[in-house]
Amino acid sequence: MSAYPGQDGLRTPLKVARGLGSSKTGVHHWWLQRVTAVALVPLSIWFLFLLGGIIHADYSVVMASIGQPVHAIFLIVFVVCLFWHGALGLQVVIEDYVHTRWLETTLQIALRFGALLGALACVMAVLAVWLTGTAYY
Amino acid sequence: MPTTRPLSPHLGIYRWRVNMLQSTLHRLTGLFLCVGALLVTWGLIAAASSGRAWDIFAEFCASWIGLVLLFLWTWSLLFHLCNGLQHLLRDAGRGFGPAHRDRAFAPSYWSAGWVVIAISVALAVLVFILLALRMNGGAA
Repeated sequence: MSAYPGQDGLRTPLKVARGLGSSKTGVHHWWLQRVTAVALVPLSIWFLFLLGGIIHADYSVVMASIGQPVHAIFLIVFVVCLFWHGALGLQVVIEDYVHTRWLETTLQIALRFGALLGALACVMAVLAVWLTGTAYY
Repeated sequence: MPTTRPLSPHLGIYRWRVNMLQSTLHRLTGLFLCVGALLVTWGLIAAASSGRAWDIFAEFCASWIGLVLLFLWTWSLLFHLCNGLQHLLRDAGRGFGPAHRDRAFAPSYWSAGWVVIAISVALAVLVFILLALRMNGGAA
């Protein structure tokens, strides 16, 4: 039995695909991973400083800090890049280690739903603090 | 997945290099940071909910298990960051190529991993020293 469609004996999938042309989306995942990584370099350093400032602060200080428009906007960009980059990475981990087809498909779908839900929840929470917390400063 | 093709030699035949440790740590810290994203979500939702909800989150962070986890997350973030920067530099072709794989020509290519690991540990310790100083020194 051949493992891949079109595979015949010792002929590799690459040999079969060669000459058929590019599928045009080969580097999409790789490229998005790099783009989100580049964005996360300054954002995660900035996030460490923000976290250091609010982790043991009073609630009013936390609200005022997260509620600052500049902080709120960068937090939103940060969490979107964070969940996006994390989902791209987890996708590869699932592809590498889960070889049961139905389980892999289920996990891949659950991962996308989870990442979207997490990013959306963070964005809504930041917006809620930003738009309602103006009384604190 | 069953295959009828002959397999290439597996891990056992390769001499151990620090880039193997880097690769493993990059994936492990990446997985751990995904869990950390859930902590960020918890914190932000708590802040948006109420002062009481934030206090529960802050109490967890200040507990000893919270502090240990926060330190591990800080180091994971810094290692993933430093190692990721090395990935990006080599993706861009800097210090990468057949010549650099020659130990005699570019010894730093293979030992760079130890520098990455050392810097990430040093930065994580520095962050926690700064945090401890701020908590003890600053009244706020």
